Amino acid sequence: MSTLNLDITKERCPMTFVKVKLALEKLEAGDILEVLLTEGEPLQNVPKTAADQGYLILETTLVKDSIYKVVIQK
Amino acid sequence: MAEKNKLSLISMSGDFDKVIAVFTLASGAAAVGYEVNIFFTFWGLNSIKKETGRRFLGSGLMARFFNFLLGGRKNLPLSRLNFGGLSPILMTGMMRGKNVATLEELFDASKALGVNFYACEMAMHVLGLTKEDFIPEVKDVLGVASFLDLSKGGQVLFI
Repeated sequence: MSTLNLDITKERCPMTFVKVKLALEKLEAGDILEVLLTEGEPLQNVPKTAADQGYLILETTLVKDSIYKVVIQK
Repeated sequence: MAEKNKLSLISMSGDFDKVIAVFTLASGAAAVGYEVNIFFTFWGLNSIKKETGRRFLGSGLMARFFNFLLGGRKNLPLSRLNFGGLSPILMTGMMRGKNVATLEELFDASKALGVNFYACEMAMHVLGLTKEDFIPEVKDVLGVASFLDLSKGGQVLFI
């Protein structure tokens, strides 16, 4: 089981969730993707769309200011 | 899991800004698990040509001139204030500066996420183009009936 880190704090729609999806496609089942993202649209949509597609959201934590870490398992 | 959502886009315009809208919606929808189909017709065909610049493509003198003037994905004009092709270059620079995906990035993401590309048989015939003039990701050459069939049950947008 491996862990991949992805920083999308500088990305804008649609590349926020496009990059998350491309990263998830590279992983094997059970692998972890740790995503750094900002509040607002990315925080609202990245975990939701990942969960809708059957991925598991393990945690969402505030890292600093308006940056969050979302841990997704494939 | 519920039945897969589906978005089918008709890409008719060859304007830079409208083609950006096509690939923004396509890559975004594919990333959230939609099945995405794009039906390229008339000027929309410019964005899937293998040749991204100006080339005398096609059969017939008129078609070759048309295809030269239309060019490919790197020649798309802005729908307003094009300034002889300068504006798309400036706009791409502005998008990069603001961390917004450029047309090429959206196009590459759409391909990587398995968006289905289809070319319009009738428009290809008018412009003297064949499937070999397009990128290999173009799955098939279709007519209206086939497009209606594959877009059935999903959302359809004309851009």
